[in-house]
Amino acid sequence: MSRVPFAFEASTKSPRDGAKFALRFWSNAHSRGMEKTYAALEKFLRFAAPLFKAIGYERMEKPMVAIEKTIKGALFDCRMCGQCILSSTGMSCPMNCPKNLRNGPCGGVRANGNCEVYAEMPCVWVKAWEGSKAMDEGNKIMTVQPAIDHRLKGRSSWLAVSRGAHE
Amino acid sequence: MNTPLIHPHDLGPTPAAPLPELPDHSSRGRLERVLRRGEFAITAELNPPDSANPDDVYERVAHFDGWVDGINATDGSGANCHMSSVAICALLTRVGYSPILQISCRDYNRIAIQGNVLGAAALGVCNVLALTGDGVQGGDHPEAKPVFDFDSTSLLATMKKMRDERAFLSGRKITDPPRLFLGAAENPFAPPYDWRPLRLAKKIAAGAQYFQTQYCYDIPLLKTFMQKVRDMGLDKQAYILIGVGPLPSAKTAKWMRSNVAGVHIPDSVIKRLEGAENQKAEGIKLCIDLIQEIHEIAGVAGVHIMAYRQEESVGHIVSESGILKGRQPFRRAFATAADSEMPPSTVGMGQVLTPA
Repeated sequence: MSRVPFAFEASTKSPRDGAKFALRFWSNAHSRGMEKTYAALEKFLRFAAPLFKAIGYERMEKPMVAIEKTIKGALFDCRMCGQCILSSTGMSCPMNCPKNLRNGPCGGVRANGNCEVYAEMPCVWVKAWEGSKAMDEGNKIMTVQPAIDHRLKGRSSWLAVSRGAHE
Repeated sequence: MNTPLIHPHDLGPTPAAPLPELPDHSSRGRLERVLRRGEFAITAELNPPDSANPDDVYERVAHFDGWVDGINATDGSGANCHMSSVAICALLTRVGYSPILQISCRDYNRIAIQGNVLGAAALGVCNVLALTGDGVQGGDHPEAKPVFDFDSTSLLATMKKMRDERAFLSGRKITDPPRLFLGAAENPFAPPYDWRPLRLAKKIAAGAQYFQTQYCYDIPLLKTFMQKVRDMGLDKQAYILIGVGPLPSAKTAKWMRSNVAGVHIPDSVIKRLEGAENQKAEGIKLCIDLIQEIHEIAGVAGVHIMAYRQEESVGHIVSESGILKGRQPFRRAFATAADSEMPPSTVGMGQVLTPA
């Protein structure tokens, strides 16, 4: 069956078909643990900044992208938008929304909480809201996110954090 | 003599001219004035023609003449092709109507949208409604590229920046900014229900000044939503217009709730229609009943009537529901009278016009 494409074309990972979402929902259900894990990672990334700088951020880019897409791809079905906001979206990756929404659900969410476009998929933002409620800083979901920067697609968000380039 | 009167602030020197400046108003349009005065506002949705003939637009809009404060020109609603929203708005401003430009993020990127916003404002459009847009899967071109470069919230923030900071999203300066009244949509009848009021707050933070909701057929759900909205004081920060519309039959209602994204119709409504001898008449009666109930809910600023393929019933619905309370919304004849009989300088200075 041919599917309507996502607005955000995956640079590294194709959208999943059917009901095979197990791990990303597990991560979302454990959003608080993920939040704590990420906080530790963020600390490390900032701490390691001088080292990364010495090696050269551009030289680090390729290996870091490989690591990031493996880990986040497995845990979140990450689409490598390069400007990660998982901490503000209840650990539910907004790029898995076929409409690419980064600020909340559309009005088309089905009564069972599933996506308007893909009837078999739970709405990314219903999951985001559930995940946020369990997190310490869940109210970050209220932050107005700017429109996505398409130039960053496929680049490492973690290196950007290390550089202090975003957040 | 008890002739219904139009407020003097709501008429300009010529039909197409922006209304005279008022302090603290972000636009020079009629809808914002009606809402700021605290009147119970009425907007209606125009079903755009599949044609290049302007008369098709004027014929359809004639059903709303004198009954509504704003006319929504839909933007490829349901992901189907129709005449463009900007073009319909431009046709409507020519004759003095107050159109609401709907902008769907589905079809254009940020370059196209910002250009369209400037162009629409130049053509006299004062109101916009920022929408995500229905997915392409439901329309007549499911093979199309879904754009979604903005979402409705980032679109609002961008238009606010264009208006208030006089700059594009890029930061490049705009010499004459678009004077817009910024609107957004909300659907209190779709999950996650407890987030919907907060999402309203988020859109207000991004720039929304008024809201038009999805069809309301479930008053208890709306009341719960509005309670939260009032608790958060959001009804004081933005005007909330509740979407309503007549259902033509129980069969259509059933079809709508399973096929139109975001439409929630309780079983009780279907039963009421099924039990009626004349389902179409009952649908209109139900719509009037809903409007009257909605009117009583604190914090509601108006209704948005979406009478798809029943545009001719809008006048009846408005008059029977009694929400105008003697007020007279704009009529095309007023603009003509202002144009031909009144020297421009006297209009808008306390002169009240009556229908010609």
